[in-house]
Amino acid sequence: MTPASAAGFCFRLLRRQLVLGLRRPVELGNPLLFFAMVVALFPLGLGPAPDTLADFAPGILWIVALLSNLLTSDAVFRSDLEDGSLEQLLLAPQPLYFSALAYVLAHWLLTGLLLGLVSPVFALMLGLAPAAIPALAFSLLLGTAVLSLIGGIGGALTVGLKRGGMLISLLILPFYMPVLIFGSSAVQAALNGSPAGPYLAILGALLCISIALAPMAIAAGLRISVDT
Amino acid sequence: MWTLFHKFGSPPWLYRLSGAILRWLLPITVVALVAGSVWGLLFTAPDFRQGNSYRIIYIHVPAAVVALAGYYVMAIAGAVSLIWRMKMADIAMRACAPIGAALTFIALVTGSIWGKPTWGTWWVWDARITSMLILLFLYLGVVALYEAYENKALAAKACAVLSLVGTVNIPIIYKSVDWWYSLHQPASIKFTGGSTIDPSMLYPLLFMILAFYALFTCALLLNMRAEILQREQRTAWVRALAGERGGS
Repeated sequence: MTPASAAGFCFRLLRRQLVLGLRRPVELGNPLLFFAMVVALFPLGLGPAPDTLADFAPGILWIVALLSNLLTSDAVFRSDLEDGSLEQLLLAPQPLYFSALAYVLAHWLLTGLLLGLVSPVFALMLGLAPAAIPALAFSLLLGTAVLSLIGGIGGALTVGLKRGGMLISLLILPFYMPVLIFGSSAVQAALNGSPAGPYLAILGALLCISIALAPMAIAAGLRISVDT
Repeated sequence: MWTLFHKFGSPPWLYRLSGAILRWLLPITVVALVAGSVWGLLFTAPDFRQGNSYRIIYIHVPAAVVALAGYYVMAIAGAVSLIWRMKMADIAMRACAPIGAALTFIALVTGSIWGKPTWGTWWVWDARITSMLILLFLYLGVVALYEAYENKALAAKACAVLSLVGTVNIPIIYKSVDWWYSLHQPASIKFTGGSTIDPSMLYPLLFMILAFYALFTCALLLNMRAEILQREQRTAWVRALAGERGGS
């Protein structure tokens, strides 16, 4: 039997991850629920004055999206390491680079994409001006893809460790900062009536760099983690 | 060329070489640090706007410069250990992280002590300060990851990957923070920038920067020697060394 082509293999891997995710719809909803709950904390902490909340809304929404992405990154490779399928993946003749990309894409489709699609609802709850909502949704869609790629590096490096949860935050939060800066700036720009396009373009550029480089780091991290 | 390469992979050889270097470098470093501090802190003219408080730059700037350079030393050592599987590069990389973190911390603390009389506040979310804070987090992340692994050979590999990811990211982080700051720039703070530094203040500063590089090298070598002894504690050469020192 000849080995499957890299693209076909990748596609099947992606489908497998998506099916696994969709079979557990409650877990699929967890990041969204987390997002809703943390958004609800801010009015309680800052006071319900609509002006204050609307001022902070771009930052709040972006930070909460970042945290919910961070918390799910820990689990991307964990179950596959535990049941041994990750080891089989490393033995497969297909390049690990594309397999890593398939994992990350599945992670983004199940968290970042959903988050970006529901974010307008939370934006309205915080009183963000409707003019800024498209910028918020697009910046989240682009930005969470970058976050998923960076989070994948953290996930791959810590998956072999018993207590990875806190550690992964310490490792990858510094790398999240540029995405946060450009993402919230895009929303802020739209609020002020200036074009958000340049910021979205930079997020796109960050995404291109991450797609090119992050899977290599993820692959290296997985090889190390499987050895533990 | 290749024999030298293999020699660098040999712990006893590196241990002896570092011992020979330290015998000279350590006294030179101590003398240079004392001389540079006395020169900078006592013999330079006070700044006409900031008075004497500016003298902290003789600690602050060298610490910041060497802290940044230290990250690249760490990343290069990490790359060498990943590419050529050189054990000594692992040790060098691991030794860089706490030293770099300490220097970054010194730069932040001295900066904030200087900021209080000059800017009237301990902390400002300025682009350079924020980037240094992120650099501190990057160093501490490497230390945390290393400590989390039981198997130290794997820990070193994981840290090497992380420090390489950091190397790609540092320019991006630096640029983005710079951009963010220029968007939100508060009006109350003005840098003394623009005015060029007088040579009588510049020479002691350059001297101190060199002294801090020497200090970094000494700390790195001392740290590596301790790690080498610990890793090789069961080998004959370390036992022989301990035997001749302990006299038992």
